[in-house]
Amino acid sequence: MKKVFCLLLTLCMVLSLAACGGGNGGGDSAPADSGGSAPADTGSDAQEPADASGELITVGVINNDPNESGYRTANDAAMRATFTEENGYKATFYNNNDAAQQIATAQQMVQDEVDFLLLSPASTTGWDTVLQDAQAAGTQIILFDRMLEADESMYVAAVVSDMPAEGATAVEWLAAQGLDEYNIIHIQGHMGSDAQLGRTGALDEKVAAEGNWNYVTQQTADWDEATARTITQSVIDSGKPFNVIYAENNGMARGAVAALDAAGITHGKDGDVIVMGFDSDKWAFEAVLEGSWNYMGLCNPLQADTVDGIIKDLAAGKQPAQKIIYTPEQGFDCDTLTQADVDTYGT
Amino acid sequence: MMAPVKTPETKVRQPGESLFRRLVRQQLFIPFAALALLVIFNLVADPSFFAVSVKENSLGNPVLSGNIISVLDNASELVILAIGMTLVTASSGGQDISVGAAMAIAGSVILRLVCGGQVTADTMQMNLILAVLIGMAVSALFGAFNGTLVAYFKIQPMVATLILYTAGRSIAAWINNNQLPIINDLDFKYAGTFLPGIPVPTPIFITAFVILVFWLVLKFTTLGLYTQSVGINPSSSRLNGVNPRMVKLLTYVILGVCVAVAGFIRVSRSGSINYSRIAENIEMDAILAVALGGNALSGGRFNIYGSILGAYVIQFLTTTLYKYEVPSTALPAYKAVVVILLVVLSAPVVRSRMANLRFQLKADKIAKEAK
Repeated sequence: MKKVFCLLLTLCMVLSLAACGGGNGGGDSAPADSGGSAPADTGSDAQEPADASGELITVGVINNDPNESGYRTANDAAMRATFTEENGYKATFYNNNDAAQQIATAQQMVQDEVDFLLLSPASTTGWDTVLQDAQAAGTQIILFDRMLEADESMYVAAVVSDMPAEGATAVEWLAAQGLDEYNIIHIQGHMGSDAQLGRTGALDEKVAAEGNWNYVTQQTADWDEATARTITQSVIDSGKPFNVIYAENNGMARGAVAALDAAGITHGKDGDVIVMGFDSDKWAFEAVLEGSWNYMGLCNPLQADTVDGIIKDLAAGKQPAQKIIYTPEQGFDCDTLTQADVDTYGT
Repeated sequence: MMAPVKTPETKVRQPGESLFRRLVRQQLFIPFAALALLVIFNLVADPSFFAVSVKENSLGNPVLSGNIISVLDNASELVILAIGMTLVTASSGGQDISVGAAMAIAGSVILRLVCGGQVTADTMQMNLILAVLIGMAVSALFGAFNGTLVAYFKIQPMVATLILYTAGRSIAAWINNNQLPIINDLDFKYAGTFLPGIPVPTPIFITAFVILVFWLVLKFTTLGLYTQSVGINPSSSRLNGVNPRMVKLLTYVILGVCVAVAGFIRVSRSGSINYSRIAENIEMDAILAVALGGNALSGGRFNIYGSILGAYVIQFLTTTLYKYEVPSTALPAYKAVVVILLVVLSAPVVRSRMANLRFQLKADKIAKEAK
């Protein structure tokens, strides 16, 4: 009896695992979300005589793990909503944070002779063979969101976020606040990632250059909210004065704010501490709108439309005007943010 | 399997045995010594580390604030996991490496229920207690899955739990349709922050309650005895009428429930979840806590209070490192050095050497005098 029960249990668990693998795992062709017909880019479609023969364009999309952050969730969802059959594509998606797995899958996709390979590489190096094979096979490569180290001739276009510019914009905004002294709790993302390097770089420079800019602490929370909360809590416990929280993504900023709230330290508009975050989460926009936070640097996850436009242009024989296209990004603060911005940019 | 079990030696006082020797032989010596070292270091370096003050939080409630409170608060999840991990280790002689991923699943289930499937919910859509109970049931089921693989299919615990370790975070994401749900209801956050009017963080109460429950269970039931006997020798326990498979399975189910409690605390701290990052690598800390507590990782005799202390030591260490602003890139290295020291010190070989050290010194001295 017990054996039967345990067998049943095991079966049930295995099945639930399998179900999950199908729903979420990599390599599932034909995107699951049927709701996305991406109305935003129909305008550009209408002008171009899509694919002359009416055949579907095959694309392979290699992206990172959608659960990594709210940013990635939005990014992945947008890609899946744009590259649909209704939109003229036959797309295969693969999500993994492991560059080696990404490379292996990319190789497979090139062998399957996809027309376009869309890449958000987990690491900047190691892609040489894939790029060469792709060129030999006539597969065109478009990078989105993240760059990789390769000669520009190896890919047709790159639609990416300008991380150093995001950092510079944020630091510029902070400098414009005209505080007598900047005592900064700097909570960094995953060390070595594109976003962390760009957002840290600008602040590091400023702190080194200005006498009244100091780090109270500079720690990595690895994009984790709970760790960010602990770091902030430890600064509060140490009794050191601080007036700025510069968190390199919204999740970590929220963790820091939770620690401030627990200690009764006011923040945001008219508060004692300036709170800054990055990315595009709707709830973070709302926090800025409410004045609970001061600033959010937009890191636009919606590259899908731009990539779509480039592919349609290429199909019509038009080369993209620029090789590297930076997605339009800006900083929003609690004084100027409007509900319209939240609706436009929030994800 | 047959860990060096030297129970009688620790209990019976041998004539001529020094106090030091007896102390070192105590299982709780290492975690206590580590804690004492950290306390002394902080006392010498900066006594203000121990200052506790009353502040008013943003809701206007008076709350206690200070490093010690932070340590007790932040260690909660780890302590609860360490208790379950100790039982699993004792019964099966192996560790469950899927607890972090399982916490993501439990948290995801609870959030999905209270958000009612919405991405952002301003009020809870389901009774919180019911949601947590369902979370516990799901988590216990996953624990049973691990336990079945270990107990009935005789798979190495680390390999068996590797399945859930790999798949767990994807399952957690799948439960919520790959959305990152957020609940803004303040009631939901009571368990992770403060109850209105009570100045001590709620996770401390939850942890104390869990410890109390386990104290009672181990005192008034045969769970501890059975677990221990199965870990030491499964065949002889079977001959004595204990079903080793059932006991092993039970410990994994208990760990599953512990995981759900820890997951609930973690998600209610923020009212949200990030599947890839939540409780990342916490399994390693939980296993470390068990080891620091002087428990043999090969199973058998165990002491949950050692693991509990071990968990607090780990959190104390982390908080101390944050306090002294060890550069972020160097933090894991510092932690590693301390951990290596503690683990080496708690190794049975080193401890028996240490216990003999004074004896040796005394003998040398007598020998010298005799000359």
